[in-house]
Amino acid sequence: MIAVRNLTKKYAHNVAVDRISFEVAKGQIVGFLGPNGAGKTTTMRVLTCFLPPTSGSASVAGFDVLEQPIEVKRRIGYLPETPPLYLEMRTSEYLTFVGKIKGLRGAELAKRVNYVLERCAVADVKDRVLGKLSKGYRQRVGLAQAIIHNPDVLILDEPTAGLDPKQINETRDLIKSLAGDHTIILSTHILPEVEQTCQQVIIINKGKLVATDSVNNLQNRARGAGSVLVEIASRNGPLDPAAAKNRLELVLGVTRVLPRTSRANFLTFEIEGKNDLAIRGDLVRAIVAAGWDLNELRTASVSLEEIFLQLTNPPTDNSESKQNSATDRAAAGV
Amino acid sequence: MRNIGTICQKELRSYFVSPIAYLLLAMFAVIFAFFFWNVLGYFVYLGMESQMRGEMFPMNLNEEVIRPLVSNVSVISLFFIPIITMRLFAEEKRNGTIELLVTSPVHDFEVIFGKWLASLILYASFLFLTALNFIWLFKYGNPDWKPMAVAYLGLLFQAGALLAIGTFISTLTRNQIIAGAATFGICLLLWVLEWVAGYESATWAQVLAYLSVLTHFDSFSKGLLSSKDVVYYVSAIVLGLFLTARSMESLRWRS
Ligand SMILES: Nc1ncnc2c1ncn2[C@@H]1O[C@H](COP(=O)(O)OP(=O)(O)OP(=O)(O)O)[C@@H](O)[C@H]1O
Ligand SMILES: [Mg+2]
Repeated sequence: MIAVRNLTKKYAHNVAVDRISFEVAKGQIVGFLGPNGAGKTTTMRVLTCFLPPTSGSASVAGFDVLEQPIEVKRRIGYLPETPPLYLEMRTSEYLTFVGKIKGLRGAELAKRVNYVLERCAVADVKDRVLGKLSKGYRQRVGLAQAIIHNPDVLILDEPTAGLDPKQINETRDLIKSLAGDHTIILSTHILPEVEQTCQQVIIINKGKLVATDSVNNLQNRARGAGSVLVEIASRNGPLDPAAAKNRLELVLGVTRVLPRTSRANFLTFEIEGKNDLAIRGDLVRAIVAAGWDLNELRTASVSLEEIFLQLTNPPTDNSESKQNSATDRAAAGV
Repeated sequence: MRNIGTICQKELRSYFVSPIAYLLLAMFAVIFAFFFWNVLGYFVYLGMESQMRGEMFPMNLNEEVIRPLVSNVSVISLFFIPIITMRLFAEEKRNGTIELLVTSPVHDFEVIFGKWLASLILYASFLFLTALNFIWLFKYGNPDWKPMAVAYLGLLFQAGALLAIGTFISTLTRNQIIAGAATFGICLLLWVLEWVAGYESATWAQVLAYLSVLTHFDSFSKGLLSSKDVVYYVSAIVLGLFLTARSMESLRWRS
């Protein structure tokens, strides 16, 4: 449905997108992932014919964005980073206008306007002036605007930005329910969003493609490289973290021991081994032999987030960013 | 083609939904009425004076009233046109709605022409209001309506040209004030260029004078439809809209 080949987009002084290639099959939901300034918006603007590529090509439903822009535009619904609303218009009037410039007329137009009003849960504000709507409603009117002509391809630039957690969930459900008939590309920096909504991820960083894979594959890849999290405790007096660490490092097959948290009598370590299943038995025996209690032993869950940070960050500040990412995730409200 | 109508309608709505259209309309009407009664009063005064001297004053409403009046209107239009055009594209760029227009299956020229047409219709509605004043003339005198119609046509042509230039300037910035001020500057320049012809007759002065919008309005104000002047205005409109189209294309490169 969407094919991008060696796409490069240069602005006056910088290269925003650097030789990116990917393909999206019909009916897929693809998460477009990357830190700020990665080039997500720029790529989407090329796909929607807002910006021409500097070199390389992009096509939607077989139509090239440079050669047949009108055909491409007919098939695309686009929600830009800021919803493109005429603030002096009323919701239904606005949707009618958008429907018209997308080529709808007459009864069909009225039907679609009513449909998207319901579908995006903005029917209750249909006679309100857009400038007076809250951010969440504006975002949803933006989404309604994008699907009004029932396009084959939906391109959504951060569709859940600025919504409250309940609305975020509703919007994700809405997006998921649109898949199947529509091919969807959505950009985000919230990783759980991708895990929950998308089948495929495209990760870019500083304009370069870092990874493109299915969400499942990426998660498996993360687990394969996973490590074991153990929490040990001592009943007789505080534990010495350094000594405990040294003891654990002696276990056969362990390659690295990273202290994670320590509270009075409890210590948590993340332990990397050559093969995480094989080292577990020896770990348990070593801990018991040392006279400690084993409170917990589990696979350290590596989220997509951590892969993402590994892929987009230089490896040196890895452990620090892992902790940051946990707080980020908490902050994102998920 | 239907898209032109859709865009034009949307622009007109947004003019009339905000107070700006009414404000301009009221100001235009008041200023015009002031000129109208002024010119008319002077005309009546001249008439009485010549009667007292026992001369036959050539009482020509068209020469003495309508011509100075439309000349005044053509000058005050210079002040109104920037206010009409400044928002056309600058506002869309500021609000990000330009992204909606450009990514919709409409051609650039439909957007441009629709917007320009809306601004022209707004201006025409100003003129329509001023024309109501002339009912008085028809009631108490018998002016010839044809030269009046030609003069109004001239006003529309002149406005069309300046509106096209204003539309172009509005694509260059996302700041309406800058767009308005720059358009005003250009309008003024196109007006005063004519003055050089007053003291200089070299070729360059004639070229400058030719570029002035007011030079070409002269014959219209006399009620003469000259193809040379129509050509000037139509080319100015085409040039303005063409530059707008080029700017809209390159806007995609820059934004
Ligand atoms: N109009 C522009 N002119 C010049 N440079 C730009 C322009 N728009 C974007 N850039 C640059 O291109 C790069 C990519 O920007 P882009 O907006 O595509 O990033 P993004 O992935 O969407 O980021 P975010 O997550 O913050 O939305 C950035 O370095 C940005 O500074
Ligand atoms: Mg962006």
